[in-house]
Amino acid sequence: MSRHVVALVEEIAPGTCKVVTIKGREIGVFNVNNEFFALINRCPHQGAPLCRGAIVSRLVAPSPGDYRLERQGEMLRCPWHCWEFDIRTGQSWCDPDSVHARTYACDVEPGEALAKGPFAAETVPVEVEQKYVVVTM
Amino acid sequence: MNVTLLTPQIDASQQSHLGFIDCDVHPYFKSPAEFDEFLPQKWREHRASIGGRTRQGLAKASNYPRMSPGNGQRMDAWPPDGSHPGSDLSFMQMQLLDKFNVAYGLLAPLVGGSGAERNIDFGAAMATAVNDWQLARFCDADPRLKGAVQINIEHEKAAIAEIEARAGDRRFAQVNIPPRSIEPLGRRRYWPILEACAANGFPVSLHLGGTAGHASTGGGWPSFYHDEHPSYVQSMAALVTSLVCEGVFEHLPNLKVVLVEGGFAWLPALCWRLDNTWKALKTEVPFLRRKPSEYVRQNIWVTTQPIEEPERPADMLSTLEWIGIDRVMFSTDYPHWDQDDPRFAFKVPLPEDWKRKIYHDNAMAVYGFE
Repeated sequence: MSRHVVALVEEIAPGTCKVVTIKGREIGVFNVNNEFFALINRCPHQGAPLCRGAIVSRLVAPSPGDYRLERQGEMLRCPWHCWEFDIRTGQSWCDPDSVHARTYACDVEPGEALAKGPFAAETVPVEVEQKYVVVTM
Repeated sequence: MNVTLLTPQIDASQQSHLGFIDCDVHPYFKSPAEFDEFLPQKWREHRASIGGRTRQGLAKASNYPRMSPGNGQRMDAWPPDGSHPGSDLSFMQMQLLDKFNVAYGLLAPLVGGSGAERNIDFGAAMATAVNDWQLARFCDADPRLKGAVQINIEHEKAAIAEIEARAGDRRFAQVNIPPRSIEPLGRRRYWPILEACAANGFPVSLHLGGTAGHASTGGGWPSFYHDEHPSYVQSMAALVTSLVCEGVFEHLPNLKVVLVEGGFAWLPALCWRLDNTWKALKTEVPFLRRKPSEYVRQNIWVTTQPIEEPERPADMLSTLEWIGIDRVMFSTDYPHWDQDDPRFAFKVPLPEDWKRKIYHDNAMAVYGFE
């Protein structure tokens, strides 16, 4: 396991995603209401680039005709077959017990702490006064 | 390294289906004005001032809008210049043809509206224009792409003339007939067109997509796209039943019919039912000298997309055997939202010789590719 600085916090606005490559794997880093989550950029169904999909809410209906919008901006809809995944957990909406998108730990760290290491900053230069998104994998 | 560009990474050595034949690829235009250069002036002006009149209720939108932008496109299939998915040949080569080293891609142009046009003279002119457009924009630029002759099935004379005009042009592989016609396709009024296809060596492809004049289910108009999408299966079953029961294959034993975008797992159960009904009711159709399933196995091929994913994945193997491994051909439906990826569509490993047939050999034989 190693930690990877992938972006400045300001770089990924709420409701958006940045796709980065870590150890040869494409990872989508999402800002959901200023919380950060990391998902693999590969749909477990047919291999689509999952993180290119739409960020949506969860629409539920306790009974036909009774629609409720929940979890605003917390679901990711695959760009191919529209399977939806919980950005927080990677769980699929269609089959949450057995179909998951892989997730990775994702934290916000001050540059001050990162300057002490160890971490892989790669192309994101770290300055002590900034905050950064860090993915562990 | 942090990058935002997605680079397809495929281990070619693991992909036994590389070099497959894709039986359903959708070309698109960047602007509908692209058809103008292939239309006579009269119809160019007609297109600009009057436009299309299709048999579905809405003129400029789908009756069942899809969830994905562009009315149902794969979201990552938009070319970098923002043009419509399927309209940029180099992007299509990158995402499909070169990526999988596709041997042949069979075009299914769902553009121009020629097939469902109510003004059949305009429909015939648009069919000719879309045929020339396919060659100019796609087939001549990438000979792996094979055109599909468009016709307006309600304009028999023009349809036969178009089929005959394209006969012998190997840039075309088949004739597209819009499957939700005014009457069931096996009706005798359509036979002259089917005869022209058979006589000129063109398989007929029946590609479902969108609605036509009739409700898309036997029970009326569905409420949701979720109802409408599986209605393709009903339409395909109705087509097969009509073609068989009207005696088309008795009349034209060498006619090849390819079903596109209807899946396939429904076909064995339909054949069982048709065979049973035939035993009881054959005096009504005495011209059927063989069991319905025998005509299906002689004259009809299925393409895979949108593929079924049985609860127990291994049931796919039995389903394929019931249909016949020689009758099934792989299709992606690129660049649509419900397209299938050749690497992951089957959720069960197929025997190598089945794979070779489904991904390659069957289509080579049906279309006479060399």
